[in-house]
Amino acid sequence: MSTSALAAARLILARDLRLALRKRGQFVQPLAFFAIVTTLFPLSISPELARLREIASGVLWVAALLASLLALEFLFRDDAHDGTLEQFALSGQSLTWLVFAKTTAHWLLTGVPLALMAPLAGMALGVPYAALPGIIVPIALGTLVLSLIGAIGAALTLGVRRSGVLLTLLTLPLAMPVLIFGAQATDLAIRGVSFAAPLYLLSAMAVLGVTLAPLAASAAVRISLE
Amino acid sequence: MFHRSIQAERLHLWRGEHHVLDGVDLEAGAGEMLQVTGANGSGKTSLLRTLCGLMHLEDGRVLWAGRNVTDDLPAFHSQLVYLGHEPPLKADLTARENLHYWVGIRRPLRGADVTAALERVGAAHCAAQPVRTLSAGQKRRVALAGVLLFAAPLWLLDEPATNLDADGQLLIVNLIDEQLSSGGIVIAAVHQDLLIKSAVTRRLELSPA
Repeated sequence: MSTSALAAARLILARDLRLALRKRGQFVQPLAFFAIVTTLFPLSISPELARLREIASGVLWVAALLASLLALEFLFRDDAHDGTLEQFALSGQSLTWLVFAKTTAHWLLTGVPLALMAPLAGMALGVPYAALPGIIVPIALGTLVLSLIGAIGAALTLGVRRSGVLLTLLTLPLAMPVLIFGAQATDLAIRGVSFAAPLYLLSAMAVLGVTLAPLAASAAVRISLE
Repeated sequence: MFHRSIQAERLHLWRGEHHVLDGVDLEAGAGEMLQVTGANGSGKTSLLRTLCGLMHLEDGRVLWAGRNVTDDLPAFHSQLVYLGHEPPLKADLTARENLHYWVGIRRPLRGADVTAALERVGAAHCAAQPVRTLSAGQKRRVALAGVLLFAAPLWLLDEPATNLDADGQLLIVNLIDEQLSSGGIVIAAVHQDLLIKSAVTRRLELSPA
């Protein structure tokens, strides 16, 4: 009797969440980075809320983008080192599906906490309460796309020592659409108008990412195992 | 006699300019053990990784039960367990958690199964300890418990006896004996011959390219 695909994905999610609890430092780091960047802006520009409100969406999105890039390096690295990825490839389960489960766990550990922290940072930048959904939802969706795109980059750079810079160079250009439409959605929300249009585009990118990115990432993982 | 047998024909593998496997043939049937020997760098690990499909062959083919394994790789993978140099264990998880997640992805496990396997390899007292606190030999024993839990007919073991004490050496011989007498197949890369009592033992000597 073999494990169903769903049960296997659940095991990977449970395993990664448990590991993250035991190694908190790795996942607190991007969040701390996000908090530091967003609080430095009022200090360096002006404490005047009206001026901060103008730049709030840009600050939040650039900080969220860089914070999730920071976390990408850990996505497959440990599992590649200790041979876990090898065992995934030999598990008889679809490697694409297992890579998708790992990427989802990564998003739950970095993207979702960022999306939950961003409203606090937004409030410090003078964003009105009514605009907070316009921060949480686009950042949650945007970080999902970033995790998926990043999974391809992280898998491709598995064989490279000190892969941080290369990973950033690979991922950053692909992440630009997320930054553009995400920041636009948040900006529209702050102005008090509907942000549905950029949100639809972000959702379309998320659908595209969910369907295609795991295929590319698992192919890259397979190559790295050779 | 197509049930449970592995054959490899004319395996060729290149790593860059290096001809790692140069037309290797091998065969092992139910209840047989194949010991792969050879100097460091002669391609023992590459051979095992090639057999289980982690490395891409340039030429040749691997047959499981008479069928080319590339026809249905997931089905072949569900018949084997591969244990490399390093035990695939997470340092921050306990031995029990490691086995639960590692083997659980392949087949559903009950807690009692894990306990029994850890007892069998003499690592019952390590069950609740984080793997980072275990010695190299204890890790190896936990990994062997994983091999048992897979309950797969084909074992591919890379240096299974490294880091094991005299007692552990005896354990590995006994485990292999049990696997063979239940109709399994074991292919192991070894430095020194493992003294398996009952089994038909084949040998394959790899020479450095």
